[in-house]
Order: sequence, then C-alpha cells, then structure tokens
Amino acid sequence: MSAKRPLEVVGQPRRRVDARAKVTGQTLFADDLSMPRMLHCKLLRSPHPHAIIEAIDISRAAAYPGVKLVLTGKDFPVPFGIMPVSQDEYPLAPERVRYVGDSVAAVIARDEKTAEEALLLIEVTYRALPTISSPEEGLAQPMPRIHDYGEQGNIHRNQSYEFGDVEAALANSDHVFEDLFFYEGDTHMALEQQASLASIDGDGKLTLATSAQNPHYLHRQLSLVLQMPASQIRVIAVQNGGGFGGKCDPAGHEMVVSKAALMLGRPVKICLTRQEVFYQHRGRHPVLMKFRTGVTKDGKLTAMHLQTLLDGGAYGSHGPASTFYTGVLTPVTYELPRFKFDACRVFTNKPACGPKRGHGTPQPRFGQEVQLDKIAEKLGLDPAEMRLNMATKANSLTSNWLGIGSNGLAECIRQVVERSGWKDKHGKLPEGRGIGIAASTYMCGAGVSIYWNKMPHSGVQLLLDRSGQVTVFCGATEVGQGSDDVLASIIAEVLGISTSQIRCVTGDTGITPIDLGSYSSRVTIMMGNAAMQAASRVRELITAAVIEPLETTPEQVVMSQGRVFAADDPNKGMSFVEAVVLAETKFGTLGTVGNYSPPKPPGKFKGSGVGPSPAYSFSACVVETEVDVATGLIHIEKVWIAHDIGQSINPVHVRGQVIGGVYMGLGEALMEEQVFRRLPAKLSNALVHKIPSLLEYKTLTSADMPEVEVMLIEEPDPNCPFGAKEAGQGPLLPVMPAVANAIWDAVGVRIDEVPITPDKVLRALKLKRAGKNPRVGPEYFPDVPYPEPVFVLPPGEGGDGKESKKLESMPANSLAEVSTS
Amino acid sequence: MMRLPWFNYRSPKSVAEAARILAAEGRDAMLIAGGTDLLPNMKRRQQTPATLVSLRQVGGLKDVVNGRGLTLGAGLTLSEVVNTPALKDSCGYRALHQAAAQVASPHLRNMGTLGGNLCLDTRCLYYNQNEDWRRAIDFCMKCNGETCWVATSSKRCMAVSSTDTAPALISLGAKVRLVSAAGDRELELNDLYQNDGTEYLTRQPDEILTAVSLPDLSGWKSTYWKLRRRGSFDFPILGVAAAVRAAPDGTVLDARIVLGAVSSRPLMTEAGGLLLGGKLTDEAIAAAGKKATSAAKPLDNTDLDLYWRKDVVSSFVGYALREIRGDDMSATRLRIMRQL
Repeated sequence: MSAKRPLEVVGQPRRRVDARAKVTGQTLFADDLSMPRMLHCKLLRSPHPHAIIEAIDISRAAAYPGVKLVLTGKDFPVPFGIMPVSQDEYPLAPERVRYVGDSVAAVIARDEKTAEEALLLIEVTYRALPTISSPEEGLAQPMPRIHDYGEQGNIHRNQSYEFGDVEAALANSDHVFEDLFFYEGDTHMALEQQASLASIDGDGKLTLATSAQNPHYLHRQLSLVLQMPASQIRVIAVQNGGGFGGKCDPAGHEMVVSKAALMLGRPVKICLTRQEVFYQHRGRHPVLMKFRTGVTKDGKLTAMHLQTLLDGGAYGSHGPASTFYTGVLTPVTYELPRFKFDACRVFTNKPACGPKRGHGTPQPRFGQEVQLDKIAEKLGLDPAEMRLNMATKANSLTSNWLGIGSNGLAECIRQVVERSGWKDKHGKLPEGRGIGIAASTYMCGAGVSIYWNKMPHSGVQLLLDRSGQVTVFCGATEVGQGSDDVLASIIAEVLGISTSQIRCVTGDTGITPIDLGSYSSRVTIMMGNAAMQAASRVRELITAAVIEPLETTPEQVVMSQGRVFAADDPNKGMSFVEAVVLAETKFGTLGTVGNYSPPKPPGKFKGSGVGPSPAYSFSACVVETEVDVATGLIHIEKVWIAHDIGQSINPVHVRGQVIGGVYMGLGEALMEEQVFRRLPAKLSNALVHKIPSLLEYKTLTSADMPEVEVMLIEEPDPNCPFGAKEAGQGPLLPVMPAVANAIWDAVGVRIDEVPITPDKVLRALKLKRAGKNPRVGPEYFPDVPYPEPVFVLPPGEGGDGKESKKLESMPANSLAEVSTS
Repeated sequence: MMRLPWFNYRSPKSVAEAARILAAEGRDAMLIAGGTDLLPNMKRRQQTPATLVSLRQVGGLKDVVNGRGLTLGAGLTLSEVVNTPALKDSCGYRALHQAAAQVASPHLRNMGTLGGNLCLDTRCLYYNQNEDWRRAIDFCMKCNGETCWVATSSKRCMAVSSTDTAPALISLGAKVRLVSAAGDRELELNDLYQNDGTEYLTRQPDEILTAVSLPDLSGWKSTYWKLRRRGSFDFPILGVAAAVRAAPDGTVLDARIVLGAVSSRPLMTEAGGLLLGGKLTDEAIAAAGKKATSAAKPLDNTDLDLYWRKDVVSSFVGYALREIRGDDMSATRLRIMRQL
C-alpha cells in the first residue's frame, strides 16, 4: 500500500508515445521491412466465383527464370479459421474456389514483377458451378452447397433465443411496430494494405512479421497449418496502419510466406494490392432486419422480436460470433423486459464477411434507433425524451442476462441534447434542414476468449533496472488505436513517472506475455488491468525498499513526478532512479507480472458467452443536416457526440478515436458499400466485386468531414483500470441512425437502409410528392427456417440465467394496434 | 504493389524531336506528360505502350501568351493553370479556372497537365480495373474483349468522357494546336472529340497537343459546376460548363452549355441556343435545363445511380446559369463542391 494522490498522467492530454515516429515517418510498417536475400510472393487468384479446380499445371511457372518456388493447395492439407467451429479456409484452395479472388497458387521469386509474370504461366482448369449472390438466393438454392458443413444447404449458422414470452408481451402492448431495415456491407479501408515477411532464424525457427491485430490467434493457427510446434514460431505484429477488424483473421497469405520461407530457408515477403485487400475483406456483413417492437402508449418498450439475415460471403471467418452480435447488444441501451432474436448467416460466393468496428452491432443499432424515431413520431413524443425515459441504469441486468456496470447513457443523451440546441431545432427547422438523434452501446472486451480456455486474457510483464528504465512487455497490438500509449500511461501513473521513461515492447509472441489481441475493444480494459497489477507489484517492492531510508511506513510512501517520498514529510525523498537502485539492491533483479481475466458472465445458457463484457460504453449522437429537395443531395452540417468513456486515459486520444468513429460512421451512412456485379447470365457466369479500388470505393475525404463536437462523459467503471472504458468502436454506432433520423426531420422521408445516397432521398421525395409512403428500404423479409428458440427467463421474471421450458402462454386476444411504419 | 510493364523511355527536348520519335515508333508509342492517368492504366495493363515519349523536358509547353485572347501551353500543370492570373481574374475564362481547380486532388493537379486532362482516357467501371478483374468478366470492348458490358448490344464502347477542363474549354470556344512530323494544324477543341469510348479523340497517334488557345472573351461570363461523390479525388459524374455573353440589359447574345461525363465525349448541348435573344429568367433557365437533360445519356458504368444522374442535370444547369445571371450561388457551390 502507498499513499493516495491525484492522477498525474491518466486524464492529462498528452502527445501519445508513438506520435513522433508516426508523424515523422520513422514508424516501420510491415511493408517497410526488408531483409538480405529476401524473396517476393504473389498469389494467383480465381477468376471464377464458384468452381471446381480440375487441374493445375505449374511447370511453366516453376521453370520461369527468377522463380524459386510455386505452391498450390496440395502443399497445405490442413484447414484453418479464426473460430474453432469454422475451420473452413485453406491458404491456397485445394479443390474448389468460392469467390472471385480466392487464392489458388503462389509464386515466390526474386522480385515482385517476376512473380507476377510467372503467375500468368500457371494453367488452371476450372469447372464452373452455379453461384449464389445473396442470402435470399442461398436460402432458395440449397444445392450446390458452398461448404459441406453448416446448418443445412447454404445456411452457415441459424439460431434463435427468447428471453421471456415475447408474443404474449407484444399482444398486450398498446402498439406494435413492425419495420424492415437493410444495412449494406462495407469494408475497413485501413490505409495500410496487409503485408507479411517470414524468415528463418539461425536455429531454424520461423519468424513472421505481419500486419495483424491478433498475433496470438495467428500464432496458434500457423502452428496448426504448418504442423509445427508453436514454440518454434514467433509472430510479430508490426505496427499496423489501421485495422478496424480487417486484420483480425489469420490470413492465407501469412501461411503461404511462412511455408515458403521454411522450404527455401530465405526470407519471403508479400504485400497485398488494394484489390487483394478487398478480397481478403472480413468486413461488415450485409444484414436484412425485421423488428417487431411493442410499446406502451407513453413510450416504454414491452418486448422486441428481432430477426436478422446475414450475407456471410464464402467462408466462416468470425461469422458465428457476428451472427450473435446482430442481436445480443440490442437490449443494453433501453429497458426491454422481453427480447427474442433469430439470426441466420448464409454463405454466398463473395469475399468472406467478418468483424468490422462494432462487429455485427451497427446493423441492428441502425434499425433499432430509426424505429425508435418512428415510434416517437407516432406517439407524439420527443425522441430524445423518450430515449432518456427508458435508458438502462447502472448495475442492472438486461433481459438477455448481460450485466451492466457503470452507465453514462442518460448523461450522454442529456449532453448532446443541450449542446446541439435540440429542443429549439427538432421539428422546428425550415424545410430542408433537420436534426436527428441516436444512442448506442458497446462492449469493453469480449468476456469469453475465441477458443475455450481458463487462462488469462491479458498478461503484462515489467522489467526495471538500476538505470531507472522501465520496460513493459505485453502481447497487445498497436493498430493505431493507441494501445502502447495506454500501456505506458497506466504504468507511469502507478509508478509516478512520465511515459517517456517507459519502453513498450508489444505484440510479439516470441517475447511478450499473451494478450488475445486488438479486437472487441478489449485492450484498455484487459491489458490495462494486467498492467496495473504488474505495476502495483513493482510499486510494492520499491515501497518496501524505501521505507527504511525514508523512515516512514508503506502507507505514507508517495511516488509522484519521478520522485519517491513520504507523504507526511515530502522533503524526505529520493529520485525514482535512486528508489529503483534500493529495490534492486534489496530484492535482486526487478521484474513483475500482472494478468487479467474478465469476470464470469451472469448468463448460464448455451450461447451466453457472446455479449458479456466487464463493462459497456455508451454514446449518443446528434446530427444536423441539410437536404436539397431538388436533387436529394445531403450535406452534414455538424455532429455532436457524447461518449461515456468512464475515465479518459489520454483525452486527446479519446477525442481522436471518437472523431474517427464519426468519420467512419458518416462513410457508412452516406456512401460506403462493398457491392458486387453479376453479369447477364446468358453471356457470363461472372460475379465480381463492383469497385475494388481506393478511388471508386467511396469513403469521406477530409473535405467532406463536418465539424464534430465531442463531449466525454467520465463515470469511472469499477471493473476498468482507473475506470477507463473503450472508445475504439462505440462512438461509430449512433452516427448512421442519427443521420437517417436527421434526414427525416429535414424533408420527411425515411431511408431505411444504408448507405443513404442522394438518389434514394430523391426517390423517396418523389413518393412523398405523389402522396405515397415516403420511404426507401427493403420491402420484404424472406421466409427463414429459424430453429425453435432457446428459451431463458429474464432476470425480472425470476430466471436463473439457465435455459428453461417456455410456459404455454394464454392464447392472447391481441388488442394491440399493429402499426407498420 | 502493382508493377508497371516494361517499356522504353524517350526524353526529347523539343516538340519536333518528340514528333519525329512518335512518327518512327508508330502506334506502339504513347506520350506521357504528368502520367497521373497513364501510369495507373499501365499498371492495370489497359495500356501497354512499348515506348513512352516524355514531354517533361520539351521546351515551350508551359508558355502562357496573353494577347488578343489567351494561349496556354499544354504542358502547364493543372495547378499552374489554376494559378494563372489571367484565368482567375477574368469573368470570361472563369469556367476553366474552376474546372482545373476541381480535377482530382492537389497532389494530382501538381503532376497532371492541361493537355493530359484534355486527352484523358475515357472511363468505365468495367474497364478501370486490374487485369485479373477484367479477366474474370472476360474483358470488355475497350480493351482485349468483345462486349460492352454496360450495354451488351452496343456496337461501340460506352466509356465515359471524364475530363473537367474539356467541357469548360469547349464552352469558351477554345482551339487546340496539334503538331506532328508532317506538319501542324489547329482545330476547334469540340472537334478533338468523338462519341466513341475507344476512339474518343480525333487526334492522330503521331500528333502532339501543344497548346490551347482561347478567344478574347471580354463581355462573357462563364462557370463550371461539377458533380461528384466527394469534395476531392473523384472524376466528374456530371460536369456543366456554361458561357454566356449578354447585352447590358441582360439580353443573351451568345450562350454555350456543355455537359461532361454523360457521354463518351463532352457534349455541346442545344440548351444554349434556347437562351438567345431572351433574358436569364427562371423560366428560360428551366427550359435550358430541360433541353440539356434530354441530351444527357448516363449509363451504369460510373459512380451513383444513372437515373438520378440524369435527373439532376437540370438542377446543375440551373446553378450554372443562375450564377452567371448574378445570383449568389456561393453557399450552394460550397455545399456541393466543397470549394468556391
């Protein structure tokens, strides 16, 4: 124990530890790496969306001058996949290609150009198969199956959960609203294209330096695919030039260069082209949604039945988790006594979808928040007030058994309402100008690891020596989100030193303790808690070493601003370096470890592992827009966003993350779409990505970015280091529905899908002028064979968190007025 | 990364020397100025010239001659065009200034040239793709294939003219000088183009576009409005250039309205003719907008919905003509184009 003092590092706006290197161009990204005798790899990709590989002839390519090795599917007999239940990918397709861009062969040559030239000499004989371009087609066409596993036909995952008798609750509601929404798929658009460099150490061990968010999971998968002990493999996650979920999956090209380096004994590198990044994808699932929501006449939710249909693309990826995430966080923002959700993921002949910032939750969040706007409109309530009146509370359990700790949602709503002048604007601005609100939540780390184990989710190791230097080791991965800065800040705060005295060694499976990776907004909380534990243990050693010379008690020892002194007599003290010398003298070489495992989730039913988190962040957003009624062109005037961060570790940085979330959110709201073209069937079998280029896949430029006003709500969460919650994903979520709601307020049209483009707005305006329903969005929800639900009683109805039998509900005479809005 | 194919590189010092090389190399040679369009196309193997003849060191291509009218060297970068005072400060030439200022992004304008933008390859989402993407659709009529995928029964390629400066310069009545080893000629810029996505220029392969000359436009007002998804980078999906000469009482004496990006060539419309002899009233502007709309034939081979792109032609013609009439359009201009 030592004396309490105010925070010195945490909460202070500071230059982040990696800022200087990044701004001056000194940071080395994976493609900057180069080694003597390094070879280059290029991949041959399928021109067919779905085909059997009948033969591959590599002889001409292998004989091409400068070519060192040609690999095909035969060289990789073992499949892999990020989730244990979806081991369905091969580094190179052995017998079947499933989308245009699936890799079938690799050439390793003296330079990239030679490799590229040799690719054209590989002769592949394909037999084309019928293709599936959408989940609707996949449901209607069970054969041929894209994969020979999954629920049935081309359904990959299919599930249903019911928390309390939803139909009974809907029947007793004053109103039931039924709405369809569609969220188009989009991709991460990290500026750095994936690159990997594999090399062999002097003793024969493999080192893979790569753009990866989750080096630990990649490490395990490499061991599996290469059939090599993990102890012989070292994965270094190089500083990533952005990830956003796109570098979470182990990728085929990483296995290919590793295998090639092992076979050739020389370093082998690959850097994907932008087009290949679009093929690697793992981005936002396109999701069709149906909401049936019951409300009381004063605007409280009674129950919700949510159905989702996901377009999974050609492989499993994180899909099983993504499928859950289209439902599980829905009840976290507003009190929802009963909840049922059905979700189905279908394979299609397109690049695999996976996790993108917000993982599976932006889609239902969009639908839910737009539907709430419609409900408020119908009931004559202010949409902000209505949300405020039903916001969930701190220390509560949701109907689907998620435990909410701290909760700043209401404060977020209050702040954006006040700062934006909501009350003077909503419904009161002139035609063409409008304002909309939405709120959201996100997890601070997934409560359960991707593979089943009882070991820590994050480990941190600290090393100090007589020079006063502090080196911290952690497997957490810097993807630009600032995890190194969070790590250094937490150690610095505990030890009373500055972040400049700390060296971070991170994301290296060969030398850092395991951290599960940069996904699910888990790093600040999990790495942070582990770092606090490691640093507190060092502080105890130092304290024990200084009490004698300072003639004080442990409770009186203060470590602050590079000094160690007694609280009752601050003149009695020494420098941090002198204190470390005393500690090393007393205890020998100084090192400590810390680790963190999240608390056990309250739910006990099968499937309850997806959704629980040590804490939840909350956000609220107001968007003001101007819409031109002649053209439908949308101009975003300003965005106000409040984010419940718990405690900012570095407020400059949190604001950056929040504004970055708004930037990405506006892109998804207004223009981003990963879409495909199917050519006329009579002439062609082609099913291709429409726009796999940085120019034609539209994201906002700096010129398109509106002013963003950020408010940080700080209600420290007891489960989090210094109370700090996440900022990496949550603030994206309310942006899209807030835009849609603002457009409604501006011109009275509903665009129930993203992206919201000017042509859709103009189409809806024409419907409005013709006296028709002024709405553009999905028109029907297909018949999905969802399974019988897993029934769990909600906490409010005496449930114990386990699956139970559903009591036969009384045949309800529905008095509810069904409103289709 | 994507790699360039092999090519020979020639670096002549004069137009005459460049013309001689072009004549000797024939169709296998291509000119390169800024390279901002050509080099990405070469990386995608849409163009694979055996020889590149660089204009970088050719003297005289950056000359600006300001006499009766204005002559601009084709080698001026777009940034240099933007910063030419004779354009910026003139009501008559303003459309060119505005068009050049909206090409691509600042970096690309620092490299790309006026001549390059006039000769810009036509664009199409079935064409501006990597070689392996195009292989997956069995290529297209414009390069290595047979079918025009955007209009499968079309006999000609429907790729889109995507230059910003050409509609502006045509509205200003510009002429261009073409020099070859056999001699030189001057022609109306409007006649440099033809409505075919593949053979979109009437320029012969051995001709070098060296200069653009503009007539004296005192008494004229011109403007350029560009529609694109974002405030930077993007090629136009609609360009509206308008130039009007009016009597002191506002009666229109001359008017030209040219559309970009709705066809395989910049389109001189008949909308200008409708305005002659009248004033720029709301009704006259609406009629011109309607006339221009009927000329626009957007297809599903560029960004955004094609029907919508046709729908908004009238609005954009309206913005341009109202601006020329003297309405303050700066707020609209800033909202749509992110610049004044």
